[in-house]
Amino acid sequence: MKVLLSWLQEFAPFPGDDPVALGDVMSDLGMAVESIERIGEGLDGIVTVKVLELRTHPDADKIQLVDVDIGDGEALQICCGATNLTVGDVVPLATLGTTMPDGMEIARRKMRGEWSNGMLCSGRELALGEDHSGIYILDPSFALGLPIVEALGITPDVLFDLEINPNRPDAMSVAGVARDLAARLGLPFAIPAPNVDELAGDASSITSVDIIDPDLCGLFHIRVIDGIKIEPSPRWIADRLSALGMRPINNVVDASNYVMLELGQPNHTYDLAKMPGGALRVRWARDGETITTLDGVERNLTGGRDGVIADASDSAIGIAGVMGGASTEISETTTTVLLECAWWQPMAIARSSKFMGLRSEASARFERGVDPAIVDLAARRLAELLAPSGARLVEGSVTVNGELAPTPAVRVRTSRVNQLLGTDISTEQIISLLTPLGFVCELGGEDDVLSVTVPTFRPDTTNETDVIEEIARHYGYSKIVGRAPTSAHTGSLTPIQRDRRSIRQILVGLGIHEAMPLPFLAPGDLARCGLPPEAVTVTNPLAAEESVLRTSLRPGLLRAIAYNESHRTDGVALFELGKVFALPVSGETLPDEREHLAFALAGRDATAAANVWVLLAQTLGLEDVVIDQSAPPAGLHPGRSGVLRRGGEQLGEIGEIDPGVLDALGLRERVAWLQLDLGVALAAPHGEHRYHHISRYPSSDLDLAFEVDNALPAASIEAAVRSAAGPLLVTVSLFDVFRGNPVPDGRRSLAYRLRLQAPDRTLTDEDIGGVQRSVVEALIPLGATLRG
Amino acid sequence: MIDDITRIAAAAPALIAGANSVDELRAVEADLLGKKGELTLLKKGMGGLDPEGRKVAGSALNDARDSIEAVLAVRRSDLESAERASMVATEQLDLTELLGTPERGSLHLVTQTWDRLVDVFIGMGFTVAEGPEVETDWYNFEALNIPAAHPARGMWDTLYVDLGDPETVLLRTHTSPVQIRVMTDGEPPIYAVMPGRVYRRDTADASHMPVFHQIEGLVVDRNISFADLAGTLEAFTSAYFGGSIHSRLRPSYFPFTEPSAEYDINCVFCEGNGCRTCGQTGWLELGGCGMVHPTVLSNVGLDPEEWSGFAFGFGLDRLALMRHGVDDIREMYTGDVRFLEQFPS
Repeated sequence: MKVLLSWLQEFAPFPGDDPVALGDVMSDLGMAVESIERIGEGLDGIVTVKVLELRTHPDADKIQLVDVDIGDGEALQICCGATNLTVGDVVPLATLGTTMPDGMEIARRKMRGEWSNGMLCSGRELALGEDHSGIYILDPSFALGLPIVEALGITPDVLFDLEINPNRPDAMSVAGVARDLAARLGLPFAIPAPNVDELAGDASSITSVDIIDPDLCGLFHIRVIDGIKIEPSPRWIADRLSALGMRPINNVVDASNYVMLELGQPNHTYDLAKMPGGALRVRWARDGETITTLDGVERNLTGGRDGVIADASDSAIGIAGVMGGASTEISETTTTVLLECAWWQPMAIARSSKFMGLRSEASARFERGVDPAIVDLAARRLAELLAPSGARLVEGSVTVNGELAPTPAVRVRTSRVNQLLGTDISTEQIISLLTPLGFVCELGGEDDVLSVTVPTFRPDTTNETDVIEEIARHYGYSKIVGRAPTSAHTGSLTPIQRDRRSIRQILVGLGIHEAMPLPFLAPGDLARCGLPPEAVTVTNPLAAEESVLRTSLRPGLLRAIAYNESHRTDGVALFELGKVFALPVSGETLPDEREHLAFALAGRDATAAANVWVLLAQTLGLEDVVIDQSAPPAGLHPGRSGVLRRGGEQLGEIGEIDPGVLDALGLRERVAWLQLDLGVALAAPHGEHRYHHISRYPSSDLDLAFEVDNALPAASIEAAVRSAAGPLLVTVSLFDVFRGNPVPDGRRSLAYRLRLQAPDRTLTDEDIGGVQRSVVEALIPLGATLRG
Repeated sequence: MIDDITRIAAAAPALIAGANSVDELRAVEADLLGKKGELTLLKKGMGGLDPEGRKVAGSALNDARDSIEAVLAVRRSDLESAERASMVATEQLDLTELLGTPERGSLHLVTQTWDRLVDVFIGMGFTVAEGPEVETDWYNFEALNIPAAHPARGMWDTLYVDLGDPETVLLRTHTSPVQIRVMTDGEPPIYAVMPGRVYRRDTADASHMPVFHQIEGLVVDRNISFADLAGTLEAFTSAYFGGSIHSRLRPSYFPFTEPSAEYDINCVFCEGNGCRTCGQTGWLELGGCGMVHPTVLSNVGLDPEEWSGFAFGFGLDRLALMRHGVDDIREMYTGDVRFLEQFPS
């Protein structure tokens, strides 16, 4: 919502000396000032000139040389890029030394070798409108060398652009903004009574309305204006409309818009001659009904959703609260106007405008709720604006009520006000804050309890909390003294939140970067990554690439690896902690949403993933998790991948991306991969990290190399070693793997170092020999033989 | 025997001085004092002496041994020093001549910001709550006092998913549904922050992503007032942004709070003096806040007369971008290592 300072001043004596300070008050009232524009400022040095001659620039196609007369009869050369000039035009020239409204300084300069002694200006360059298609052509009768401000009769003004919240329908009008501002500043506010000289007659004999559906229309008020002569609006009306962002059209349309902007009452003017009988019907649309709106578009209406105004023959001639129809549009020949001022059900207009995709200044106001008490005022104001062109309001009116909620009286307790705001405001203070806003406060029977009658222009205010918000707003949020929080409660991370931090720390320490690909996939992404295609889909995606919710972190991370490869960054290591979404389990509405961890290490093989996993599992204290390579997961390298398993539970997958998937994604490097379902992995007790007593006695190392079948996982050898070695075993580590002569094909040598130690004594040779015998024996059933 | 001892003791220093390395010295020591050394052999011969002679000879032997050991120790120390010196001289390293520096990874900017924010709030006594990213219409809208046809629904461009009845299951448009879950699942007093990922039907550009992050705070207790909200946000503001940055609240509208406010902070770039980033206002809009709407409390079964509360929320991505001067939000989400590695922590 834009407002002009001069317009606001018609309702209250606002000071004009400090627009910024005034803007700060508007912001503090919740009407946030988005910009302040000073109209007519910065136009010093811009004067009227006449085009004497147009010449082509010898060295530039897009620049014309324009000789202008600044009033002294001399030809002054200007370079100009616009092409809308003809000889004899009077146009604005920014003379040398002028500072333009946008801050640009005009100096004498050469453009492609030709001097330019100033700049001819467009409307936008003068901040006189949005037009930048050509030079602003002035009235040819203007004297030359005249300051533009004088020639155009521009009075300096200030334009505020305000952001109005949806709960402030009253602030969708100049008068409403003025009322709020005047209340805060303690200035008297009044809407001047329109001065209207009515024409004898009786409108109710010319027109009538039948509200068929009272749930659509709360109030329908009709007046008739006769003696219409279509002509351009007076300059001041056109300027104000332009300033507020509406295009001036003709005196009738402009007056209609002016009233809407000023008072917040959208209204509609019909050409009475195009409405046989002058009778109107207000009803819900019927399915299949169509109407051509003012913008020339034929629109299909939906029964029960859109409201219509129909003529005597029941044909729709307007969409209720949204836009009028073309058939009764005001034209050059219009002489008598039927004026409609109505109150439409806000929800109906919101729905209609949303689903039709048709938003208008009118619908924006109706859907927030307009003031049903000002229909007469609005009609008379419109007539007053049109009076100079000879138009006169015909005596009499038609007013029909539909369903209109009564204005509530709200019980407001001073104690509740202060409890909710943390203030110490007295009942008297509450009354003095609310009264200038139009709220009527009465002391009820109880102490410090007010009965507050809400004004008709504040439909958003229906209960005590609503009123408290108004009190707070006008008391001033900045005057409410903040109360520092007490620390009677304690904060902490949950175990999973702590685990996440540990995970991130270890992975970052291992050289892996955290990435956050979007959780959206394109159809086919899952299949390309070797994953099942079943997934939750987005109903209304903006792009097909964002139409599927990921079931795995794999497509996103692999795409990021590909992105890096395509930018000549190889060997990238990325991890992600994020949600994946599977189809709901039966009986549930929401997807099976799980938090997964994944990493992708480009240029490294599966053992890199396994090594990182070992450290990760140690950090988190995850025990008894095995890598089961018997059934490699889909989309992973069949010989280099497995499932992370704890007992019967599947925790995730580990290994290397399948070469086929790499090809499908255009990845050059192999990619080590892990994905872990964090919820499952961290569900079991973990990370207790119990203290193990450290023995004071010396330890001994026992190195044993076994020849083992390639098919037998090293993990099973190690597990057998651990269980056979007994309580003396402190650590066991694989320190050498060897394939080749003399080890037969299909087998390899695995060398383990066992560190042995007793808690209470120094080990003897017999102790060590005993461990060796047990281990070797235990490995025989696995087909492992001790190497000499 | 005494003569032998005297002779050996007298000759020892020259032998010891002749050793030119620790290894040579070790051989000399073995010759003099070892198991097969001369003094050891003499000691073994003492068995044939009378008690008095044995006493005298024993004493002489010990004296000789002590004097030889003293000389040995000095020589050993000298030789070791010399050997260390020559070793050090050959072991020079140029510490700028590095090959294969191990790489470190990096936390995502969103995570870094998330953790920083969460740490401040934990310090203020808040717990950290989370909720699902795909939500029902009830949690995301209805319970928050945004009924189906409410014009305020237009404030959020919602992405729906093909589950349940049309437009009933959606990608949460804000972290506010977690408020409802926290109040439904728990009991006041509640002091919680809720960071999380949120979704909007928005085309990505330099300042928008269809997926981004918010953090939201909720306090529900007895006698919680707007003054508590203002005080909490002020405490957070100076804790997170620094003591010179203050907050202000301006009236606003949200369906789930009343009174509602915009939460602004002094511009962190110009400290309130006015600059390009803050449009010369000296203030940055950070987010929204307000007193929890009585309807929202009723929706989760809390009596608004007994309990009151406040909520606040703001975008997390923008804070991350602001801190590091990143001018395009999309950079954070490509996974480009050249971007990620710039922010190790």
